[in-house]
Amino acid sequence: MNRTFLYESHLGLGSKFVNFSGWEMPIHYGSQINEHNSVRNSAGIFDVSHMNIFDFYGVEAKEFMRHVLTNDVNKIDDGSALYSVITNNEGGIIDDLIVYKFNNEKFRVVSNCSTFDDVNNFFESNIIKFDCEFRHKPSLGILAIQGPESEIALKNILKLELSNYKSFSFTERNKLFVSRTGYTGEDGFEVIGEPEELQNIWDLCISRSIPPIGLGARDTLRVEAGMNLNGTDMTIKNNPFESNLGWVVDFSDIERDFIAKEKLLEIKNTNKIKLVGVLLNEKGILRSGQKIIKDDFEGEVTSGTFSPYMKKSIGLARIPMDINENANVLIRNKLLNVKILSLPFIRKGKIMI
Amino acid sequence: MNETPSDLKFLDSHEWVKVDDNTVIVGISDHAQNELGEVVFVELPAIGDEFVSGDEAAVVESVKAASEVYTPLSGEVIEVNEALEESPELVNTSPYEDGWFFKLRVSDENLGSIDSLMTAKEYSSMLDGNS
Repeated sequence: MNRTFLYESHLGLGSKFVNFSGWEMPIHYGSQINEHNSVRNSAGIFDVSHMNIFDFYGVEAKEFMRHVLTNDVNKIDDGSALYSVITNNEGGIIDDLIVYKFNNEKFRVVSNCSTFDDVNNFFESNIIKFDCEFRHKPSLGILAIQGPESEIALKNILKLELSNYKSFSFTERNKLFVSRTGYTGEDGFEVIGEPEELQNIWDLCISRSIPPIGLGARDTLRVEAGMNLNGTDMTIKNNPFESNLGWVVDFSDIERDFIAKEKLLEIKNTNKIKLVGVLLNEKGILRSGQKIIKDDFEGEVTSGTFSPYMKKSIGLARIPMDINENANVLIRNKLLNVKILSLPFIRKGKIMI
Repeated sequence: MNETPSDLKFLDSHEWVKVDDNTVIVGISDHAQNELGEVVFVELPAIGDEFVSGDEAAVVESVKAASEVYTPLSGEVIEVNEALEESPELVNTSPYEDGWFFKLRVSDENLGSIDSLMTAKEYSSMLDGNS
């Protein structure tokens, strides 16, 4: 099993571990619920070094990105980031990712841990036609410092003024890459760098009582934030439009040719399925795989959990467009009432429903 | 860590039972609650439900997953721990006392099968073997 450079630190902090796609990662350090609420109310630090970093260099790096991503890097400036997906020729989602633009000839992509082979193959097979090369960077680690107090915490630790960096911008100083991005629905930062440097930042955070947060809370935070988890809320069998990600398919520049463009345009015009938020009005817990039923229409919960912040059960569900407002969910042979909601449930500590 | 009380009997699916004449109290072990993580919901049986040993009698849900609770003996539900509806975390904080799930009335005939369950010592060594 793979371990990150912080494994010993996690062990020392009382982590319970889980096998996450071949990585032995912290699931929690005692209380998933407390960790979750620390991020919503103050700040917390995550080790997400299992995720994949790819760096792209070359005179056609921008053209390559415009070809392989559904979203268009033309709309961002140097020093900014963009959320996107990559799809196969049929418009099926291979992965979601964040792309960081240094300049027209240098980009960085951070993608999911479990999809390494598919993503690597995808870049490898598509890059041939471009004057561009890429490298996987497994030696680099990633920390996420998330929560309303993350700016002040990180500013003191990094001795770096962060207030100028708006959401989805980044900087690189002395080999330390700092971006204002995350997967929690809160303000926050992700820091990429060499293990020694990140170990230092981790230790400083812990010594300043910024709690470590496991993958358990990472999952409940992202569900509350209405963010998809690849492999759970979407797979290669799903297109972006039925995955609440139509907004990351950018057709605005008619000159731009990108993978599955025609197919995605066709899907956009014919799609009858949506990914929405569901809130259980009754006692119980929503779980992935449960059926959503209304009249003759059926859908399915893709992620379901207890929301530690709302203290109710919430989930994401893929359902026909015909289901609106209310529906039933089938839990252990009982039909219970769910509310159909637009996502997110929570943004920056505020309940949106 | 909660000590494993010596007066309880255990199933390999991590339920415990406590016998008091013909009344049997059922809960889940400290090991089980620890593996589950923070319990956020418990679905209890209805009073009057009749179960055969091995039936799924309750459901315990943590933040991450749902697990069935099986009845170790055959009998009729005579009481459920209503405190778990408002405070499911009692399963974590007091698995052998305040976190009990339900009580069964068990006939003398059905009570005999209690001997096939594990003693606390046997259960502990089963857990040691697993770890």
